Formats: sequence, C-alpha cells, structure tokens
Amino acid sequence: MIGKPSPFDEMQGPDGPRYPYATYGDWFAKQNNERLAKKTSEAEAFFRSTGITFNVYGQTDAEERLIPFDLVPRILSSREWTKLAKGIDQRVRAINAFLHDIYNRQEIIRAGIVPMELIAKNDAFLPQMIDFSPPGGVYTHIVGTDIVRTGEDDFFVLEDNARTPSGVSYMLENRETMLKMFPELFSKVKVQPVSDYPKELRRSLEGSAPKSCGGRPCVAVLTPGIHNSAYYEHSFLADQMGVELVEGHDLRVVGGHIAMRTTKGYKVIDVLYRRVDDEFLDPLTFNPNSLLGVPGIMDVYRAGNIAIANAPGTGVADDKAIYSYMPQIVEFYTGDRAILKNVETHRCSEPQSLQYVLDNLADLVVKEVHGSGGYGMLVGPAASKQELADFADKLRARPGNYIAQPTLSLSTVPIFTESGLAPRHVDLRPFALVSPTGVNIIPGGLTRVALTEGSLVVNSSQGGGTKDTWVLGD
Amino acid sequence: MLGKTAGGLYWMFRFLERAENTARLIEAGFRIALTRSSDAEAEWRSVITTSAVRQAYENKHDGYDSARVTDFLLRDTDNPSSVLSVMKQARNNARMVRTALTTEVWLAVNETWMLFNEVLKEPVEETELPDVLATIRQQSGLVRGALHGTMLRNDLYDFCRLGTFIERADSTARIIDVKYYSLLPAPSFVGSSMDNVQWETLLRSVSAHRSFRWAVDSEFNATSIASFLILDRRMPRSLAFSAGQIVDNLGQLAEEYDMPMPSYDMARALRARLKDRDINAIFEEGLHEFITSILQDVARLGQQIENDYRFTR
Repeated sequence: MIGKPSPFDEMQGPDGPRYPYATYGDWFAKQNNERLAKKTSEAEAFFRSTGITFNVYGQTDAEERLIPFDLVPRILSSREWTKLAKGIDQRVRAINAFLHDIYNRQEIIRAGIVPMELIAKNDAFLPQMIDFSPPGGVYTHIVGTDIVRTGEDDFFVLEDNARTPSGVSYMLENRETMLKMFPELFSKVKVQPVSDYPKELRRSLEGSAPKSCGGRPCVAVLTPGIHNSAYYEHSFLADQMGVELVEGHDLRVVGGHIAMRTTKGYKVIDVLYRRVDDEFLDPLTFNPNSLLGVPGIMDVYRAGNIAIANAPGTGVADDKAIYSYMPQIVEFYTGDRAILKNVETHRCSEPQSLQYVLDNLADLVVKEVHGSGGYGMLVGPAASKQELADFADKLRARPGNYIAQPTLSLSTVPIFTESGLAPRHVDLRPFALVSPTGVNIIPGGLTRVALTEGSLVVNSSQGGGTKDTWVLGD
Repeated sequence: MLGKTAGGLYWMFRFLERAENTARLIEAGFRIALTRSSDAEAEWRSVITTSAVRQAYENKHDGYDSARVTDFLLRDTDNPSSVLSVMKQARNNARMVRTALTTEVWLAVNETWMLFNEVLKEPVEETELPDVLATIRQQSGLVRGALHGTMLRNDLYDFCRLGTFIERADSTARIIDVKYYSLLPAPSFVGSSMDNVQWETLLRSVSAHRSFRWAVDSEFNATSIASFLILDRRMPRSLAFSAGQIVDNLGQLAEEYDMPMPSYDMARALRARLKDRDINAIFEEGLHEFITSILQDVARLGQQIENDYRFTR
C-alpha cells in the first residue's frame, strides 16, 4: 500500500477534531488514560456477567467470546445521517419491490436488466415463493445495510443484508454501556437515542401480521438454540420485545396455524421473527434433516396464516452477484438514481472481468458470491504470493462463484489504546425496519472496527470489535 | 409460558439444588475422613452411592479416597452430576430461559458458573476444600436469594420451586436410604460411639446437626433422627417439608391456570404418606422399603409434572 494517501479519519481533521467530534474531542483531551483503561475493563466484566458473548463455529465446546468493545464512539453528524438514511430507505424499498417482482411477474428480467440465469441458478431463489405475496407485501422486515466510507462525502454500500442480519443487540448494549460508563458525556453531546428499537421492531412485526389475525398479533422469535453464535441476540430481542423465544421443537402445525407449546396447551403465533436460515426452516420443504425448523410451516405460510420475518427467499436480493446490479435495480423500481453508491464490482462469471481480476489479484478483494462473515475471501494486498496463486486456481475453477472489488481505503476512527488514540478502519451497519406502512431507520447502528493496525477485516468472527455509534441531534 | 421454559426453569433449579447437596455430602464425608480415617473409605463409598453415581465412579476408579471422590464429585466432566457438570447445565438452562428470569437471577447464575469454573479449574487441594465447599453453598444461597427477592410469584416461580423440592426430596431420601443401616434400632449398638458419629454425619449431610439440637428435645437416637429427617415439617430438607412445598406450588399452579392436574393429586398423596405418621410404624414397615417407595413416588411425580405442563411434548 506504499504511496497510497492515508485513509480518511472521521475524528481527526487536518486542523483538529472534525465537526461532529468537536465536543467529544474536548472532553477526551481532559480524560486520564488510567481511568479510561479501568472503564474498559469494567465494560468487559459487565459484558461477561451479562452474558453478551458469541460462540465461534467450527470449534467444539469452544469458549464463549466477547466482542471487544472500544470506548471511543463513532460519531455522525445529523446531516451525514440524513443522507445515509435517505439512501438506505430508497435501497430497502427497491429491494422489497425487486423481491416481489422476481417472485411474480419478473419484469426486471423481461426488461433485460438482470439476467435470468442469475436468478434461476441462485440457490437462494425459492420456487415455493413464486406467485405469492407475503402478508402486508413485506419481504425484508429487518435489513442491516453494511456501509463503508472513504471520504467526507463518500459513503458506499458494501452489502445489503436482507436475510437475517445480526448485530443490533450490540448497537443497543454498546449504548447502554456508554451511558453507564460516561453519563456526563451525554449531557454535553446531544445524541439521538436508539433504545426504542425493540419497541419499534415489535410494532413493525405486528404491523406485518396476516389480515386474518384478530386482536393483538402474537409475535415470537425463532432461534436455532443456545449454541447458535447469535443466541444472545435472539434472547435479548425476545426479552426486550416481551415475546416468547421459541425453538423448532416448541412449534407445530395446529389447525392450519403455527402454534407454540405452552404449559396450558398450544397457542397460535401470527408473526414469526425467525433467526433460522431458509434451508432449515421447514424440513418438509427444504433440508429434510433439519431439526431447527417447523415441519409444514411453508404450507401455513402460503395459506396466509402466518407472517415470517424475513420472508423465505430474500437471500436472492442480497448475494454479491445481484449486488453488482443494485444501482440499476434501484433506478428500475424507484425511478430515481441511487442515492448511495455501490462499490465497483467485477463479476468473475464474465470472461473479461475474470481476466481483469486475475491480472490484478494483488490489488483486489475477492469474495464468494454467497459467502458471509468474512470467510472464504481474499484480501489481495494482504495475501502472500502463494495465497494469491492458490486463490487464482479457485477463481479459474469456479469463476461464477466470485466477485472482486477494489481495496477501498476505508475510513478510520480512533480506538483507545494504552498509548492513547490510534486510528483503525471501521464500517457501519444501520438497521432498517420495514412494515406495510413504511421504512423506519434507527439513528445509529453497529460500528465494527478492525482492531489490528492497518487491517480491513472488521468481522467479529475474525477478531473485529465494536463501537457505539452516535448520530447527533440537530 | 412455553412448556420448554417451564422445563428449563424446573431443571435449572434441580441442577442448582444438586450442586448444593453434593457440596453438603462432601463436607460430611470430609469430616469423617479427617476424624476417623479408618472409616474414610466406607464413608466415601456411601457418599458416591448417595449421589447415585457409583457405576460411573467405579468405571473410572478402583478405590475410594478423599482426593479421587471429591474430584469426581466436584470437577469431573465425565460425571454428569459433578458440581461443574450440573452448574454448566444449570447455566445452559438459564440461557435457554433467559427471557423468563429477572436480571438478578440471571446474573447470579452466570456469575456462579464463572466462579465455579475458576475455583474448580484445577484439582482442589485438601486445605482449600472447606473454602471451595463454602463458596458452592454461598453461591447457591445467592441464586436462591435473587429468586426470592426479585421473581414474580407466578407460574415461573412455581416451576423453579418444584425443581428445587423434587430434587431435595430425592436427595434427602437417598441420604437416609444409604445410611439406613445406621438408623436401624439395634439395641446392642445404641449408645456406641460409632452410631453417634454415623448419626451426626447423617445430620451434617443435610446441614441439620445444629437445628436438630434446637428443634428436637431428645438425644441422638435412631428414631428421633429418622423422624426429624422424614416427618418434621419444620426442617427445610425433610421429606415432609419438601412434599408440602411441592403440594403448595402445584396448588398455586392449579389455581393460576384454573386447571387441576394429575400431578397435584399425586403430590397430595405423597404428602399424606408423610403426615401424622408415627416413626415407629415406619420402622415396622421397614425403613428401607419405605424410603424406596418414597423415592419411586418422587420420581413418578417428577415425570407427571413434566407431562402435565408439557415440558417436552
């Protein structure tokens, strides 16, 4: 990376703290490092005793890990946020329109904008969803759009997580932790609250209940169980919403509805916020070996007797090959140009692009089309010659499985270290709630931070940490 | 409430009770080993038998001594009833039913689990054993206190308490059963020092050697001790007390749900077997036979509660 300009730092401008950080910068300058170090270890002890941990896959009986929390907030001005929120709103509406179209008239394919085979050959495309409209017309009740920044006004969408985005519990707990650690800060800086999220989520889910549901809809959260890496979040959200946390074996079909086994008998569920992947949702329809799902739930769903959030089959909208078409998708359905930019993306399925990617591998980031969590990707500038050669073989063997993007110079926000502040790369995942009446974006989100100097990998499974994300009031 | 949640709470409190009972048993055994080394092996064997893990123990070890027995009961993850094993299960259950617990109960269980992992990371030295056992009892008290102090008195609470008392009745009955020979009125031994020590251990196993002196105006003797452990409703680890609590909790559930269940009738029948009884009649019936049938009743009752409230199906 020699010769590249240093990345955009969101806190330190050329002449002192940038505007959103002005008050915080003053405050920070007056703190002593020992006290802050003590606060950090207090926060860790709090996370551990509260059980805010995640499990790492691929290790049997693995220790539960903490996601490291950094006490320097990531701060966005109200103006920056407003633009972001508009862009996310637009994009989320487009995704829902796209999903409805793809599973019904497929006009975008007829218009020649998205190639047929990208849909037909997509594992996330579910034939069971064809000619069907979910209750209220909502496909993606919860979206977590991954955003990166490279300059003052340069925000890019990196991924549209439209299946079961996670991390919102960290957004909420990080704020609680900051409020506990530094209450005085919040009287100095006007930060927009995020604590309404669970209430808004419940309202949004209830709003998407099937029409046939009389009275207040019964909502439940479906988890794969305590060994799932995001189990803490599942139980946290159920708890905060005041709804039941269920597993597949708590549910069954009763009289054409999905019902949960209670101590007093079976009770009908109207809206299921499922944190179980499509593949495991219904062993009668999908993976027959799944013990995590509910046999027959797809029939109940198609009969219109339950809302599933997010709808099955939404993954067709968020894989990395479709991603490359998002600017056109947004324009096709909204009639406007996309407010948020896409990262330039090379589809290795196209011979010209493949050649370009192979020629420039050392400068690119290559990702699996269906991958997530930072697994199976290549960060060209950080890879050894051998790794590059190995990856080139994989690319030639299955080009359609990969896309490539330039290595972005992600913005940095400082983290607190023993020797003071040190810049680290960050991304941002705001959360959007979609109901039949509109899109609601909570002012904030999850800021993930690569804790290793120079690293661009922010995933918690790969050693990333998190920060509280502040959106300033007007 | 989900049936799974009811089951999760019930088993969580069974496991917590089991950890506490194991600590008490070790404490009593340790005392014998210290004061009467000649009886130590037999005492440790009876501790293992009482914990109902004799087969598992003997698969692994070929003799009984305090180091191996305490390690097996406290730390061995091959022993599903070791303190570490049950604490892990209790904490897993707490995670599963997290939405049904108050923050204080959750914190108490989670911190207890973290603490046990810490103090039981290495084999416990004999010099540290009393402290470790005290820690286990204190943490049990902490969880219980959080439960009493913060949980609503509704069905959630009833399932927690049912787990506690089913487990406790089972444990106390086992202790009596394993030691019943020392309670048998054999005139030639009465008054001998061996009997006195055995009886004292028996009382210590349920932390009742002092309350016995306060509550019972009698010398240590077979009938008064058996009566205290089986029939005395003032004694919180007696069979009669446990049965009474089970009836109360099932009664509250029947009322709250407006739905009397077979388990309620079974619990009342169990309580009736322990109420207004003469201990001498029980001795005539045969103490071992009596306790064996009580153990069966408690097991059946536990199963019936699981069915009535749909823990698993």
